[in-house]
Amino acid sequence: MTLTGIAEFIASFFGLPGSSSVWIVAVLAAAILLGFMLLTVLILIYVLRKLLGKIQARLGPTRTGPKGIFQTAADALKLLIKEDTIPVKADRRVFIVAPILVFVPAYLVYVVVPFGEGNHFIAKDLNIGLLYIVAVSSINVIGVVLAGWASENKYSLLGGMRSAAQLISYEVPQALAVLGPVMLAESLSMQDIVKAQGEGLFSWFIFRSLPLLGFIVFLVASMAEINHVPFDLPEGESELVAGFNVEYSGMRFAFFMLAEFAASFTICAIAATLFLGGWHSPIRGFLDNGWWTVFWFFLKSSALVCLLMWIRATYPRVRVDQLMEFGWKLMIPLALFNVLVVGLYVALGKGG
Amino acid sequence: MPSDYAYVALFAAIGVAFIIATLVFSWFIRPSDPSPEKLSTYECAEEPVGPAHVQFRVGYYVFALIFVIFDVETVFIYPWAVLLRSFARNGMGMFAFVEMVVFLGILLVGLGYAWRKGVLRWE
Amino acid sequence: MDYFLFSVAAIIAVVSAVLVIVQRNPMHSALYLIITLLCIAVLYLQLSAQFVAAVQVIVYAGAIMVLFLFVLMLLDQENPIDTPSTLRYQNPVAAVMGLLLLVELLFLSARAQPPAVLTSGAPGSSPGFPGSVESVAESMFTRYLFPFELTSVLLLIGMVGVIVLAKRKL
Repeated sequence: MTLTGIAEFIASFFGLPGSSSVWIVAVLAAAILLGFMLLTVLILIYVLRKLLGKIQARLGPTRTGPKGIFQTAADALKLLIKEDTIPVKADRRVFIVAPILVFVPAYLVYVVVPFGEGNHFIAKDLNIGLLYIVAVSSINVIGVVLAGWASENKYSLLGGMRSAAQLISYEVPQALAVLGPVMLAESLSMQDIVKAQGEGLFSWFIFRSLPLLGFIVFLVASMAEINHVPFDLPEGESELVAGFNVEYSGMRFAFFMLAEFAASFTICAIAATLFLGGWHSPIRGFLDNGWWTVFWFFLKSSALVCLLMWIRATYPRVRVDQLMEFGWKLMIPLALFNVLVVGLYVALGKGG
Repeated sequence: MPSDYAYVALFAAIGVAFIIATLVFSWFIRPSDPSPEKLSTYECAEEPVGPAHVQFRVGYYVFALIFVIFDVETVFIYPWAVLLRSFARNGMGMFAFVEMVVFLGILLVGLGYAWRKGVLRWE
Repeated sequence: MDYFLFSVAAIIAVVSAVLVIVQRNPMHSALYLIITLLCIAVLYLQLSAQFVAAVQVIVYAGAIMVLFLFVLMLLDQENPIDTPSTLRYQNPVAAVMGLLLLVELLFLSARAQPPAVLTSGAPGSSPGFPGSVESVAESMFTRYLFPFELTSVLLLIGMVGVIVLAKRKL
């Protein structure tokens, strides 16, 4: 039963005009993706803790439920019933708005994530898809700075400013690295980019024109964008307590966490879409339709998620000066070099 | 038929509604027992000294401005990237490529200048 | 429907623009400015100028706003300098200029025809409609090639200016 079918059923059940079913579809899609986002965050945190445990030769959570599978659910419940404090000195208005500016953009990215083939597995395939992602994810910097500032706390302000400096430094290489696939696919639409990689493993953009470079630059820059280890300076607890969100507690704090973990999934999903053939099967025409495409998509994104977790367990945190110089003196030149090489390749009419 | 961007607006509205709904829901089940200590600023149990809004150094501002410039530049490359292949099909591939090389070249001079002046060093 | 959406977005934009200048706290001004900028992006979308709308969000809401916030952090907010402005002539000049701009706008809007996109309804998703990324690129890299290249010189001058100023003192 498709979403449209359910929507028409709901519309007729409540005696609504037939034209409203389009809107019901949209609301259902938004609700499903919101639920999906929360679910992935729950699973992601659990897997992360278990995997980190394995890598560090310990067990991870074990007490809540069999093998501790209810650990994150319990954490979520704890945050929900925790007292919500707003410091007296804080600027209430800005303090309340800041989590919204961080959470909503992270959720909006899901509009254009292609989970599978066709129109059923994507909320809306906007024809400026990739540019839309860049636009939406550029908003959260403001939320971070405002959260740090509104708390009236030196640690959070320092954390917010450092975080913002980091976010803006890596936004440029991230936005430049996705241009390779755009040039090769001639489109900004996510589905078009996936469709251009349908010829099996070696038609994936990670292997075309200049192999690997764009993918690596994108992944590293994105890790910096989501404060992932080794770029987790904003929350360096030894020097900043916890970064821009020190004063946030309970659900308000949870929204920052949700946004961060949701972003770590969307980053992997976007990387898989742009460079690893998205929902296409690695062998041309082999199990490459219907729900199988959803399977391939999740296989690829989860593999990347696990890669990020592995990195998280392996690398120590970098210093702030190393972070900034790495961004400006290595990532941006590399990203520009990638754009020019892929550009030359396309301009010469190759790979068409 | 709602336009494509009505979806975006709807998602944004549902995102904000979710935040408000969660906060209202947790308001019913969470305790509220404020005390002056609890509502004070958390600076590791020390009384905060001086205002929290410390003055930042100019380095942040320089990075922000260079970022704005590179952001504008990146935005200019996007339409070029989309159309490059169709330029190539019309035999104008190299023309379009050289255009972008000139554009980027001029900006790279700027990056090189910033680099040499030591602005990109974080002190 | 289009008219209704336009009115809502335009009214929110204007109201928050007014709130930007009446706030005492510069951070609150910044917050309202973000709302104004996003509403303007909505107006661009209504003109089916998708590319410009995305650029509006990326460059203005995402980059220029961050720059503004950083500038606010650079200032000593606790002890604002309360000396009279050294540019005393600024206010009357600004008033005259503003009035001129208003007259110009009224004059133009009385004469101008509404763009074809508005009258013919929203275009489909066919690539190449006016306002799409493709059509913007088409004209930017052929007809307006020279202005495009000049932009990079402008950006370069901006960058050099910042570096010179930042290196001098502060």
